[in-house]
Amino acid sequence: MTKQEFLERLRRGLQGLPQEDIEERLTFYSEMIDDRMEEGLSEEEAVAEIGNVWEIISQILADTPLTKLVKEKIRPKSPVKPWVIVLLILGFPLWFPLLVAIVAIVLSVYVAVLAVMITLWAAVVVTAASALWGIISAAYFLTIGKGLSALSTLAVGFLCAGLAIFMFFACLAATKGIFWLTKKAAVGLKHMFVGKEKE
Amino acid sequence: MDIQLKRGLLDVCVLAAIKDKDSYGYQIIKDMKPYLSLSESTLYTILKRLETAGMLTVRSAEHDGRLRKYYRITGVGIARIEEFKEDWKEILSIYRFVVKEEEND
Repeated sequence: MTKQEFLERLRRGLQGLPQEDIEERLTFYSEMIDDRMEEGLSEEEAVAEIGNVWEIISQILADTPLTKLVKEKIRPKSPVKPWVIVLLILGFPLWFPLLVAIVAIVLSVYVAVLAVMITLWAAVVVTAASALWGIISAAYFLTIGKGLSALSTLAVGFLCAGLAIFMFFACLAATKGIFWLTKKAAVGLKHMFVGKEKE
Repeated sequence: MDIQLKRGLLDVCVLAAIKDKDSYGYQIIKDMKPYLSLSESTLYTILKRLETAGMLTVRSAEHDGRLRKYYRITGVGIARIEEFKEDWKEILSIYRFVVKEEEND
């Protein structure tokens, strides 16, 4: 890939970021390639050393706050025309409830996920408590001379303990998975605002 | 190495790379190479962060018929390096304590 191609792909991939940010990034990478070529690398080699253009775009996106992307998206490219304002005001009864509905949907998904996580962890706590209680009860039964009851409650206690340990690690994995998914969703959301071209 | 730890180290390493004389992007990457591998995008983010924090200043100067950005450390940046050195004196003494405990085991 030539330097020109690299910079062009980078520019296309970053469409959606503020223009001055894009220019600054491009100047930075351009200088990096020039400096490598000055050291004797060929243009192809210099560009190859910089790395994969799509990985670079993804990293830049991950580093850019979502608010910046949204702000750039809604910033009018030309002065707002009067009829747009009129339409916005007249259309208010239509678009406002829709906006509220979309926000509510996103929020409810988050709440639902959170509720599932809380439920899972509550189950772990309850199972662990049952284990503890089973063992304590067994000790109690033993002191009043009911050996058989002691044995059975102890068995249940240990069963719960084993279950609790197993569920703890399952919940831990689920929580990590949810965090990972949330992060992926955020990057996916950012991609909606920035150039989508892929090879 | 722990990612959080590495991030903190990178900032100070970049400051150290421009401490004695002004430097530019590729030179910083080359200077750090024996110690830490640093990608261009990471360096960009660090330089931006340090500039916002007032730890370095940027100027463009002509080099070989093109513009190159040079980075210069500020008093705040030098203070950050000193702070880092103090912190690590403490960490090193803790490290020696930990190692000694292990040897006694």
